[in-house]
Amino acid sequence: MSVTDAGAVSAIVRRPAAQTPFQRFVADYTESRLATIAFILLIATMVLALIAPWIVPQNPYDLAQVDIMDSRLKPGTPASSGKYTHWLGTDGAGRDLVSAMLYGLRISLAVGVMSGLIAMALGAAIGLVAAYVGGRTESLIMRIVDLQLSFPAILVALMLIAILGKGVDKIIIALVTVQWAYYARTVRGSALVESRKEYVEAARCLGLSNARILFGHILPNCLPPLIVVVTVQTAHAISLEATLSFLGVGLPQTEPSLGLLISNGFQYMLSGEYWISFFPGLVLLMTIVVINLVGDQLRDVLNPRLSK
Amino acid sequence: MQSAAVVLAMSIIVFLGLHVVGDPIYLLIDPQADQAEIERTIRRLGLDQPIYIQYFNFIGNALTGNLGTSFVHGTSALKLIVDRMPATLEIAIAATLMSIFIGIPLGLYAGLKPDGFISKSIMATSILGFSLPTFWVGIMMIMVFAVMLGWLPSTGRGPTATFLGITSSLFTIDGLRHIAMPALNLALLKISLVIRLTRAGTREAIHQDYIKFGRAKGISTSRIVGVHLLKNIMIPVVTVLGLEFGNLVAFSVVTETIFAWPGMGKLLIDSIQSLDRPVIVAYLIIIVLLFVIINLVVDILYSILDPRVRIGEKSA
Repeated sequence: MSVTDAGAVSAIVRRPAAQTPFQRFVADYTESRLATIAFILLIATMVLALIAPWIVPQNPYDLAQVDIMDSRLKPGTPASSGKYTHWLGTDGAGRDLVSAMLYGLRISLAVGVMSGLIAMALGAAIGLVAAYVGGRTESLIMRIVDLQLSFPAILVALMLIAILGKGVDKIIIALVTVQWAYYARTVRGSALVESRKEYVEAARCLGLSNARILFGHILPNCLPPLIVVVTVQTAHAISLEATLSFLGVGLPQTEPSLGLLISNGFQYMLSGEYWISFFPGLVLLMTIVVINLVGDQLRDVLNPRLSK
Repeated sequence: MQSAAVVLAMSIIVFLGLHVVGDPIYLLIDPQADQAEIERTIRRLGLDQPIYIQYFNFIGNALTGNLGTSFVHGTSALKLIVDRMPATLEIAIAATLMSIFIGIPLGLYAGLKPDGFISKSIMATSILGFSLPTFWVGIMMIMVFAVMLGWLPSTGRGPTATFLGITSSLFTIDGLRHIAMPALNLALLKISLVIRLTRAGTREAIHQDYIKFGRAKGISTSRIVGVHLLKNIMIPVVTVLGLEFGNLVAFSVVTETIFAWPGMGKLLIDSIQSLDRPVIVAYLIIIVLLFVIINLVVDILYSILDPRVRIGEKSA
């Protein structure tokens, strides 16, 4: 009797105490089954890209392992060496498409994530400073942001590529230039709201330095919208990089991202050899959709106006 | 005034930037050419002058409508681009029309019957339209409609015909067959956008008093939707489509490359590949001008379409 009473009481007491903010976040997120599946797929994609060199049947860029006689094989054809089967066929140079795709995914993700992170750091810092300093500096910065956002991303990127030339570093510079303005605008918006709150005033009364108030107190409170922008922008960056590579002005042939694989397969498309372009495109599409789905759900969960 | 400053700043950035990339001279002349030949070519192209002289020459010429001579084609860069402009504008206009005539009816339907199965499929497709990389969709369209089914030609622009003084491939049957796929490919993103805008506008407007009043007056549903509702939804749709027109022109770079459409975008990509500096600079300046003009026109159109904007400005 008393045992069940104690159990019931502790259950009542424990429930609210057990929910940390993180647990609440997880519970909110997993409410949508689609978003949960998307998250699992996203993790799987990233893991696959990371461990690609250890799981693929051949290193597609080691000439010793690639046989030119195997070029443009249909999906499911065994390799001439007989050691493995080309489940998704081979491309024009005889590379196994599964292997080439996983290597390509690595490059696409790396470029997308890296440019996203650099743009975030740069954009967030500029946005924070703009919101905190105010006055003429702020209006100048925001004028530049507006100006840049009024031009389509692809045009700005093409312009930069035309000026800088090809290469991984140049692509990242172009992607960062295209993206930083989104971060700056987002962070400025939330930092403006935050900096009027009482805790900032309190921190100022304590005599904390500007830098510490900005990065130690205001920035963490601006994180939720920033995280949403990061996911969406990373998807954009991956898509834009693929587009540029497809146009032949992106990554060099030695760094074959998914976009380049699609581009290489395009020339065989008209003779009906669809798989060289089709499968890398499918992987690209899946990656972008999955990131967008995760970003959408994050937006719903992290938006304080939507939560009860 | 600000727009002029933007154009000027862009011209300096682009011009200076291009000088860092590399020497186009080695791409253009025969590797076997001797030193004297190289010297002569450099002098002919004006590449021996200091960079600021080259820039001032360029600006002086630009103001008189001369944006330099293409290294590769040997003709005026401006003329090269202007010659290709109709093809690009044609495809952009076709795409805009498609997004209006496909996007608005679908969006209206989805807004009027938000819980139906068809509406949900429309919305799901529109999300897909946002995420699909344009170039991949273009490739798949070629695969399905040109290679597998053989219905439409995969590349190039059809024959043109002149109608009311405008020469365009839109006026011939074969021309229409050629433009169908590229235009749809270009329009895909905008169709999704228009669907979403129309749906949101419809759902908002449907609860307004003027709709209820119209119903109470006994006006037929088709007239309410077709006249009263549509009129109010059109304002945001037209504004966005106007702003997006420049976007379409920029994005046509991708579509033109896939479908080998002989427009400005393809010219830009070819010029980047061959470091044809005058053409790149001329293209970028023209496109910036185009953007500035489009923004201006949309602002003016907006105030004509939406009387509230005008009234607000007068009282202010």
